[in-house]
Amino acid sequence: MKQKKKVTGRVISQNEIAPDIFDMWIETGLGAQARPGQFVMVYPKAESTLLPRPISICEAEQTRLRMVYRVAGKGTREFSAYQAGEEIAVMGTLGNGFPVEEAVGRHAVLLGGGIGIPPLVQLAKALPGEKTILAGYRDDRLFLKEELAKLGDFHAATEDGSVGIRGNVLDALRAYAPDGEILYACGPMPMLRAVKAYAQEKGIPAYLSLEERMACGIGACLGCVCRTVRRDGHSHVNNARICTEGPVFEAGEVDI
Amino acid sequence: MKKTEVSIAGVTFKNPVMTASGTFGSGMEYSEFVDLNTLGAVVTKGVASTPWPGNPTPRIAEVYGGMLNAIGLQNPGIDVFLQRDLPFLAQYDTRVIVNVCGKSVEEYVTVVERLAGSRADMLEINVSCPNVKEGAIAFGQNADSLYDITSRIKKKATVPIIMKLSPNVTDITEMARAAEAAGADAISLINTLTGMKIDIHKRTFALANKTGGLSGPAIRPVAVRMVYQCAQTVKIPIIGMGGITCGEDALEFLMAGATAVSVGAASFTNPSAVTEVIRGIEDYMEQNGVEDIHEIIGCVQSRER
Repeated sequence: MKQKKKVTGRVISQNEIAPDIFDMWIETGLGAQARPGQFVMVYPKAESTLLPRPISICEAEQTRLRMVYRVAGKGTREFSAYQAGEEIAVMGTLGNGFPVEEAVGRHAVLLGGGIGIPPLVQLAKALPGEKTILAGYRDDRLFLKEELAKLGDFHAATEDGSVGIRGNVLDALRAYAPDGEILYACGPMPMLRAVKAYAQEKGIPAYLSLEERMACGIGACLGCVCRTVRRDGHSHVNNARICTEGPVFEAGEVDI
Repeated sequence: MKKTEVSIAGVTFKNPVMTASGTFGSGMEYSEFVDLNTLGAVVTKGVASTPWPGNPTPRIAEVYGGMLNAIGLQNPGIDVFLQRDLPFLAQYDTRVIVNVCGKSVEEYVTVVERLAGSRADMLEINVSCPNVKEGAIAFGQNADSLYDITSRIKKKATVPIIMKLSPNVTDITEMARAAEAAGADAISLINTLTGMKIDIHKRTFALANKTGGLSGPAIRPVAVRMVYQCAQTVKIPIIGMGGITCGEDALEFLMAGATAVSVGAASFTNPSAVTEVIRGIEDYMEQNGVEDIHEIIGCVQSRER
């Protein structure tokens, strides 16, 4: 079976769950093959926009996919206006996803920063055993909090201190899960660097989901590479394609 | 059945539609979306004598009607290319054009020599990438350097060579003439136009490389104009490209005088774009009673008063 397909789905529902953060369910068979941490390319309809937008999968079921995304430009602004019933072109499912089997028998900690929080929903559903979920927000608009709280021991950190611990997810990690044995993280690069440093200090594995500007999404254009510690098997230089070898990398493999 | 076959320097193509170098890898990734057997040719991502790491990221920025890229010709080098990429393409019934890059004439020649006797049907010599600091475009912006590198590569090549020209010059016909005089079998144009985008929120360049190559529909009229000018200037065949998204776009290039066309950034917008371009040309021929694609090539005429 072909794993990568471009299909036309249909919007089931869409809600703005925080300022500029949208929660969209679409009807598509791609849901059946989606793994936690994978992403899809979503194609804007405006002819002035050339490139599809990479969006992480928040949740997947047999015939549906959920994307929680932030409006960051023209393409995502267009998506945010879609109403139920609208057709939406999607390619997926893409990337490797999080290795959930690594968490067997270990206390897993899931860390999400800002728009890196949504993929934790599907990940938390897939991970076996004990898990702590730490989410870093800007303010008291704690999107996805109720759902994540049902899936594990949930704690929030807010930059303005309005809810939970004041600070970022690393502060929450030190406060609530110092005994974590494996980390899964998605968020902005400074956060991922801090997670990597923490994991190395503790001597525990950490899986980081990286993002980068993409064009093709399938490994042909070499737009979305990240630096790797070892020579990559495909590129034969110290660069791996985030869309194909990633987006999830073990922290020790990448030079970030 | 309409006749879509074209011939360039003795190499025949089942139709005049190819993939543009750098946008299609070596075909493997897109083979899930496109039947490579239906293509006129696959033009591969540029390959150098050794692996190149390319530029820092971000390498991609979207702009109105197009995109900027500054990949910097990342490639795994000729050894891997010969072991992995060419054998993959050899499985398909399509022509293979290998794009060659280098930082010095010697590096280009090394790659060309390594490709002797390989599955490559033709070589496209990239003397026009705007995103690498040494070599590449330096050879394509000066007629004397272009003449020199073309003649030196021509001496070593065992298959016909196509010189890929840069639009970032004052007069592209001067470059076309130099390539032809030096023995090039064909020319392809245009490579990307150098551009820049600024992120006003971060007050930084959108690309780590500051500048990048502009491609996509935004550049099409420039490309059509340059193809037309070159077609009026040289006798060697032209492969036209720049913002082709559909059959109608491709027909403009053919009518301007291109013998074949390449589809580039459109594959990002639609992974099966190249297939749709082929179908679009066939539909036009059907609807307009064109029996042979050669009736279209270079057919454009001045408007009557």
